[in-house]
Amino acid sequence: MVATGKPQYKIIGTRPRRPDGVDKVTGRAQYGADIKLEGLLYGAVLRSPHAHALIKSIDTSKAEALDGVHAVITNADLVGSGQTVQPATAEALEPGKASPRWAAESILAGPKVLYHGHAVAAVAADDVHIAQDALELIDVEYEILPHVVDVQDAMLDGAPILHPQLRTGVRAAGVDTRSDIETNLASHMRLESGDIEKGFAAADLTIEREFTSSQFHQGYIEPQNATAFWSHDGRINIWTSTQGSFMARDATADVLGVPVAQVKVIPMEIGGGFGGKIPIYLEPMAAVLSKKSSRPVKMWMDREAVFQATGPTASSYSKVKIGVTNDGTITAAECLFAMGAGGYPGSPVGAGVMCALAPYKIDNQVIDGLDVVLNTPKTSAYRAPGAPATEYAVESVMDEIAEQLDMDPIDLRLVNVAEEGVKNSSGTPWPKIGAKDVLEAMKSHPHYLSEIQGEDVGRGIAIGFWFNGGMESSSSARVNKDGSIALILGSVDIGGSRASISMQLAETLGVTYEQIAPQVTDTDSVGYTAVTGGSRTTFAGGWVVYELGQMIKAEMISRASKIWDISGDEITYSDEGTVVGPDDAEGNKRAFSFNELASKLQATGGLIAVSASSSHTTQGAAYGGHIVDLKVDRDTGKTEILRYTAIQDVGTAIHPDYVEGQIQGGIAQGVGMALNEEYYYDSDGHLMNGSFLDYRVPVANDLPMLDVEMVEVPNPGHPFGVRGVGEVPIVPPQPTIRNAIYDAIGVRFYHTPMSPRRVLDELL
Amino acid sequence: MIPEPKVVNTIINGDSKQILVSERDSLLEALRDRIGMTGAKEGCNNGNCGACAVIMDGRLVNSCCVMAAEVEGSEIMTVEGLASRDELHPLQTEFLDNAALQCGICTPGFLMSSYALLQENPNPTEEETRFWLAGNLCRCTGYDKIIESVLTVAKG
Repeated sequence: MVATGKPQYKIIGTRPRRPDGVDKVTGRAQYGADIKLEGLLYGAVLRSPHAHALIKSIDTSKAEALDGVHAVITNADLVGSGQTVQPATAEALEPGKASPRWAAESILAGPKVLYHGHAVAAVAADDVHIAQDALELIDVEYEILPHVVDVQDAMLDGAPILHPQLRTGVRAAGVDTRSDIETNLASHMRLESGDIEKGFAAADLTIEREFTSSQFHQGYIEPQNATAFWSHDGRINIWTSTQGSFMARDATADVLGVPVAQVKVIPMEIGGGFGGKIPIYLEPMAAVLSKKSSRPVKMWMDREAVFQATGPTASSYSKVKIGVTNDGTITAAECLFAMGAGGYPGSPVGAGVMCALAPYKIDNQVIDGLDVVLNTPKTSAYRAPGAPATEYAVESVMDEIAEQLDMDPIDLRLVNVAEEGVKNSSGTPWPKIGAKDVLEAMKSHPHYLSEIQGEDVGRGIAIGFWFNGGMESSSSARVNKDGSIALILGSVDIGGSRASISMQLAETLGVTYEQIAPQVTDTDSVGYTAVTGGSRTTFAGGWVVYELGQMIKAEMISRASKIWDISGDEITYSDEGTVVGPDDAEGNKRAFSFNELASKLQATGGLIAVSASSSHTTQGAAYGGHIVDLKVDRDTGKTEILRYTAIQDVGTAIHPDYVEGQIQGGIAQGVGMALNEEYYYDSDGHLMNGSFLDYRVPVANDLPMLDVEMVEVPNPGHPFGVRGVGEVPIVPPQPTIRNAIYDAIGVRFYHTPMSPRRVLDELL
Repeated sequence: MIPEPKVVNTIINGDSKQILVSERDSLLEALRDRIGMTGAKEGCNNGNCGACAVIMDGRLVNSCCVMAAEVEGSEIMTVEGLASRDELHPLQTEFLDNAALQCGICTPGFLMSSYALLQENPNPTEEETRFWLAGNLCRCTGYDKIIESVLTVAKG
């Protein structure tokens, strides 16, 4: 069952209140740090003052002796007896196959610290102040090593080496067969199709440019937290704010070397994540501190630790070469993207590579991706991970091509736009996609048609892509005697998914949204569910409740068949949620409303309880196009956003308010990346701006109202046409703003952010 | 080594409270860790993010930057005191109906700041609202729906 055309929905497309809303506006919602347990201890973490150093010794005895301290741990405590130390082979470095030893050393440093802020030891004490006092009593002897924080520097011969055992054979200038050489290049990937030499030979114009981008942080307002209790029976309960309770459970069990079934993760309300709350950080520390102290232990990061030690996005180096004929047709593209993974392998370069050219039909292309380790925090996913950097480079070159060909930049894109049946960079034909619909909507949008006036004012456009969807989700549902439905979800709700998933169940069953009571539950109480991220939750969650709905419908028909004593084949379930049979012998209508039949369930075999897990490999490929008007202040270098419009193919907007909200939030983050957010390191590799004051995410008076136009091209791979929404809007802002700044002041930038300092450097 | 605890007398959301605090506790820590009022959130613990905003003797403050010992004799209003017994405050209703929250962690702070704004300036312009709320960070919404909600409530 897939969506065809544009169906008329009753619930989908409406804007009901979210089920968790009242708790969140009254302060009653329980986020990770809000938990209270009897006998609770408070944890704190000692972090490395160096970017790269050997740990010669750690002496925790004075900290342990402090009154009020109950436990102190280091890596030696974390890596339990059940933990096998695996050599880091190239195979073990495959994404998702990181060596368990490195996973543990990422939590608490082993023989080396690999970045400023790397956790070295942790303490549990009666209150957080005592725990912090204890940290000052821990003596660590370091041998400082040379460090490298820049992705291009880290690829040079002779660069400081993070992991001497990393001998992948990958070289910056291509793959080298000599696998005995120490390197920071953890892996290389290539996507290739057609014949680029032939393609470039056919081009009338070829432009090649290099770009770099700084590290950006997700900037969620709630710091990472975890509370754990390791019981004497070996059971470990963990309360945490995570994007994936099952992933947190499995990763914690792996690091601790305990069976997965011994760990239960109870997901708390989560205060933002954007990819940054997929990895675990504090969970294993809190668990081991709890085991040592026999008390529950609560830990949360201060903001500086969040910046220093949780995953920012990768810094990047890109080289993009695109050839076109005089009518704008792309004949070939060649790209190289290198991304900094931080202290351990695993940057999002792979996804970035796959997204880079996704908006276009390009028969001849080669894209290389390099994953580079360097002395910065281990990067984690950040909203469309990898895509903003690679698509920024491509969209910037496209703008320069449009200028040189004297073409409207939207027309240039329309000439090359990917459509159904066109092969993507991986060689897979696209299903029905809305890239062209978005471009056409941009071209006719009042914003694009309006005149812009004023000195140092400019307009720019760009488009962006993300895959969306996929992976496993689970839910269960119980129909109560009055027809109300308890819906148990495995997906944590980071921004309204309880609402969007309940709406899809209500639509499936023809019942009201209000009679569904959704609840996010723990890892012992529902089937495996992948992370809330990748813009997959409303997509995959919708698939699962659609399947649950079919199971409930079948059971309702079976009960009616028992009551009426007729075959189920004669009974239908209407879109209104009414179970209808043929008229009886006396000509009376046979029909039950959903609620009427629910009241008869207990007498006909019991209340209905169903569970489903579903793993759909289909995706909700989606495109967004942005238009900005801005003004550059030549005295300060500050860029002011005057007007911003985002047009996006959202598939089907389940809850339009939250769809708009996702897009507006993505724009704001992208504007931050474009104009001022950035990690600053000093010459010793210290992060210099680990606070909200100095990192400075956009605030309310940095932005105008952000206009959103939703284009709905239903996803043929989803029962309600959902595509996923949240990632796409962070992709276009950097090139959109870059192209507009050129229009305003005639300067092309090749680095983001285009901070006031960098703008002034160009103008002065 | 451990400082002597100290009793602080205060009125929170109209109720008299005696709180046993450490001399080193902030008001935020006293609220959250000593008396279990977790509506105010810790986002940065240094006054940058506004998630812990409360109203102290009629003034909007970041509770992470006020020492607990300072509130002796003060009257504090937190997000838990915004709704009446029977109904939500109009700001709470509008935030809900206009989807002005996604993850919700910044919401208590925005509600308290918005409440303080409307106390001081019942008819703010969009620009005044954006400047007033610039001390509250939201990473999810891009601020649109928050600003709209405050302006809608102001218009009545």
